[in-house]
Amino acid sequence: MSEPTAAPKKSGGFRDLGKMFGSGSSGRQVGILGALVVIIIFFQVATGGLTLDPTNLINLVNQNAYVLILAIGMVMVIVAGHIDLSVGSIAAFVGIIVATSMASWHFPWPLAIILGLAMGFVIGAWQGWWVAYVGVPAFIVTLAGMLIFRGANQYFGNSQSVTVPDAYTFIGGGFIPDFGPNTGYSNGTLLIGLVVAIVIIVQEWRARRTQTEMGSEKAPLWVSVVKIVLLVAVVVYATLLFAGGRVGTSFPVSGIILGVLVLAYSFVTRRTTFGRHIYAVGGNWHAAELSGVKIKRINFLVMMNMSILASVAGMIGVARAGASGPGDGVGWELDAIAAVFIGGAAVAGGIGTIVGSIVGGLVIAVLNNGLQLLGVGIDRVQIIKGLVLLIAVGIDVYSKKQGRPSLIGMMTRNRRVQDGAQVGPQAAQPVDRPAVAPIDSAEESSRPKSTTPN
Amino acid sequence: MADEPVILEMRSITKEFPGVKALDRVSLTVRAGEIHSICGENGAGKSTLVKVLSGVYPYGTYQGEIIFQGHESRFKDIRSSETAGIVIIHQELALIPELSITENIFLGNEPRRFGVINWGEAKRRAIELLARVGLQDDPDTQVKHLGVGKQQLVEIAKALNKSVKLLILDEPTAALNEAESQHLLDLIRGLKGRGIASIMISHKLNEIEAISDAITIIRDGKSIETIDVTTDGVNEDRIIRGMVGRVLENRFPDRTPRIGDVFFEVRDWTVRHPLAAERLVVKNSSFTVRRGEVVGFAGLMGAGRTELAMSIFGRSYGTYVSGQVFKDGKEIQLRNVSEAIDNGIAYVSEDRKALGLNLLDDIKRSIVSAKLSKISRGDVVNDIEEHKAAEQYRKSLRIKAPTVNEGVNKLSGGNQQKVVLAKWMFTDPDLLILDEPTRGIDVGAKSEIYGIIRDLAAQGKGVIMISSELPELLGVSDRIYTIFEGAITNDIPIDRADPETLMKSMTSAKKKVTQP
Repeated sequence: MSEPTAAPKKSGGFRDLGKMFGSGSSGRQVGILGALVVIIIFFQVATGGLTLDPTNLINLVNQNAYVLILAIGMVMVIVAGHIDLSVGSIAAFVGIIVATSMASWHFPWPLAIILGLAMGFVIGAWQGWWVAYVGVPAFIVTLAGMLIFRGANQYFGNSQSVTVPDAYTFIGGGFIPDFGPNTGYSNGTLLIGLVVAIVIIVQEWRARRTQTEMGSEKAPLWVSVVKIVLLVAVVVYATLLFAGGRVGTSFPVSGIILGVLVLAYSFVTRRTTFGRHIYAVGGNWHAAELSGVKIKRINFLVMMNMSILASVAGMIGVARAGASGPGDGVGWELDAIAAVFIGGAAVAGGIGTIVGSIVGGLVIAVLNNGLQLLGVGIDRVQIIKGLVLLIAVGIDVYSKKQGRPSLIGMMTRNRRVQDGAQVGPQAAQPVDRPAVAPIDSAEESSRPKSTTPN
Repeated sequence: MADEPVILEMRSITKEFPGVKALDRVSLTVRAGEIHSICGENGAGKSTLVKVLSGVYPYGTYQGEIIFQGHESRFKDIRSSETAGIVIIHQELALIPELSITENIFLGNEPRRFGVINWGEAKRRAIELLARVGLQDDPDTQVKHLGVGKQQLVEIAKALNKSVKLLILDEPTAALNEAESQHLLDLIRGLKGRGIASIMISHKLNEIEAISDAITIIRDGKSIETIDVTTDGVNEDRIIRGMVGRVLENRFPDRTPRIGDVFFEVRDWTVRHPLAAERLVVKNSSFTVRRGEVVGFAGLMGAGRTELAMSIFGRSYGTYVSGQVFKDGKEIQLRNVSEAIDNGIAYVSEDRKALGLNLLDDIKRSIVSAKLSKISRGDVVNDIEEHKAAEQYRKSLRIKAPTVNEGVNKLSGGNQQKVVLAKWMFTDPDLLILDEPTRGIDVGAKSEIYGIIRDLAAQGKGVIMISSELPELLGVSDRIYTIFEGAITNDIPIDRADPETLMKSMTSAKKKVTQP
């Protein structure tokens, strides 16, 4: 489990919890975070301590970093009301070109990475153009892309593997280099853990200050203190685990890349106008268009961004394996999509967060890893993963039908009833024309039939 | 006509929705072979009444009795009313565009032999039915290739196939041109000759006058009167009086308009229907708005008011054909919504849930959503500024919610509408186009919205108010344009406006310009 990257997520989840307790999506996020903790504890006990062993954790990060990177892009695509099935194939195609550029064309590895990113950019522009400007549903465009780029990978590489130079494998299998005095731990990892802990404290302090400035109700100070103590304890524990593994290992580079991307994209989706527009398009594109949002541009950028992240994931995958082959990236898109939906995104768009998707991805990752440690075969692992996806989304849909945001919403019902009492008198007043039979929830009936505008 | 046997009697029908009495002891008596029209303003309860009759609202959800052909009927769905011989043809046609005429006519009612659809038989009967409705097209034609008029006829053929006794037509000619309407009305008369009774709902009073044997007028969910046309005769004025004849309550805020110069002008605005290129939904419309003025747009449903407004607001509707927009004497281009917003124009849509709000958002995000740049530096949204701005509107418009973090889907209709108004006021517009701003909200919230409109005008902004409720238009506007079939038919200053005058200009193209 990649604690230093998971830590800011947790802080996000809890901050939301404090800020808007009982609201649907954040409630769901907290719920899934709880599920993750339960799963980790379960496997830790069941495997006799193997789950939270340094070597295993490092493996876990390395094995899953690329799927989690895909989940970042995928949640944005799904929030905007689309889907992308082509990411695995794009990762494979970019991977083989990048590998070939180093092996046959003798590109230095930084140049190869730039080439890979450029390819993600071009492929993304191609797919985004079809989705946004031609108006072909993303499902079709990316289904085509899945075939095209899988074929391109095999055509280009003659269905054979291309090995990459050792220097390049650093981004997929490398570790933070050690330096300084011998402390018995990896100093680089310790430093990162320290930075993360400080960031958590500063964030919490800033959140409280913002709340003060907005004049909104604040959680009591002790809640913040407990929260900080809890999070910092997790970070310290994780840091010591990662830093205290076999000599020569520490926190993986792919985990660092993932962490940086999570922070950057969380900022983009939560704080920028572009991020707002993605949610607006996914929530109600008619309303978005009538509010001056350029929906074609948003759709284009979201699809393009996904392909760029797919190229990043592909390059990390190649670096980890040491070679690029014809079977790379098969099924990655499905793992990423599953992560996003377990993480609380809505199939119809408009709802979903980066942090939630990462937690959703970690649930799958820990499940995978733990079951394998227990010696459960890959066949049964798939069955269990499928059921987890189905049940997670099923609970969500069921609670929505019951008019409750989530399981967490049920637990916090007392508070919601109070709120209800405040808005109660007018909620009882007629809100609808009589001609509209009050069957569907407002949310459903208002949703445009197609979420893919032409 | 009065001696014909009664085919349908609806006795004291009451239908309530949470908090609203849509129908209040409405009675309706239709005789065999009669064409019976139901008249009333938008929202008077006409559609609810026919929905009760056709089983859309099943037995048990309303009070009262329906006696059809001598038996009390308790329809549990549309199918059971159709089996009894009552067929409703909706304003929005219910045909499946990808299927052929034959397939549509027999949908759900396919002639079978040994459990397999007998298409030969179906086609033979389809040709027969099409001949009866006067449609010459090949029955294999896909319905999507037919115009609205012909689709209407297919619907009627479908009804005839179900051996209909009572045909209900909801605004049958709203989307038809003159010749098509005439054909349809002739067809309805022809059906009458075969003993099929019709109930017709229409806003076109000239048609009602021409075709009806009896007219029942509904107002505010109550049946006001039934006019027997065959014995008493009728004219449009008589119908209008029945429809609008109510005392205007004083629920509009007092205001002394301070009207400035013309600052916004639209000339010769013409727009095509987005799908049917031959139809012009807005025809050569020209109008002006002065500073501080509230301009009402009156017109019946389907007259083209919303289409006019949306097409001006960044060409959000239809295909632009011609026309110019001037602001402060200079021509401006409004090719998309952002240009319209940048030019200080705001449009509050008539359907706040489908077009006005993202119901997944909270109040504060909704309010700033049309002008994020105002609270952003670069592309980064400033949470604190956002919160402050939203909080200010929550207080000034009295949006009833504990905080601006509340989801908009939890608000009542009136408060949602205030959020939409706040969203557009936040864009600092000079001209606000309000499309049915009080639709579906309760009286108290309505009067608050009138207050907001007054304040906006007092700040020197121009306000265009589109409304189906004449009392509201008369209470709020300084001047009213009437629209009929996509064209502006009259421009009436408020001191000369009354419901009768408006209704006349809203239901006929006769141009009677009373310039101020």
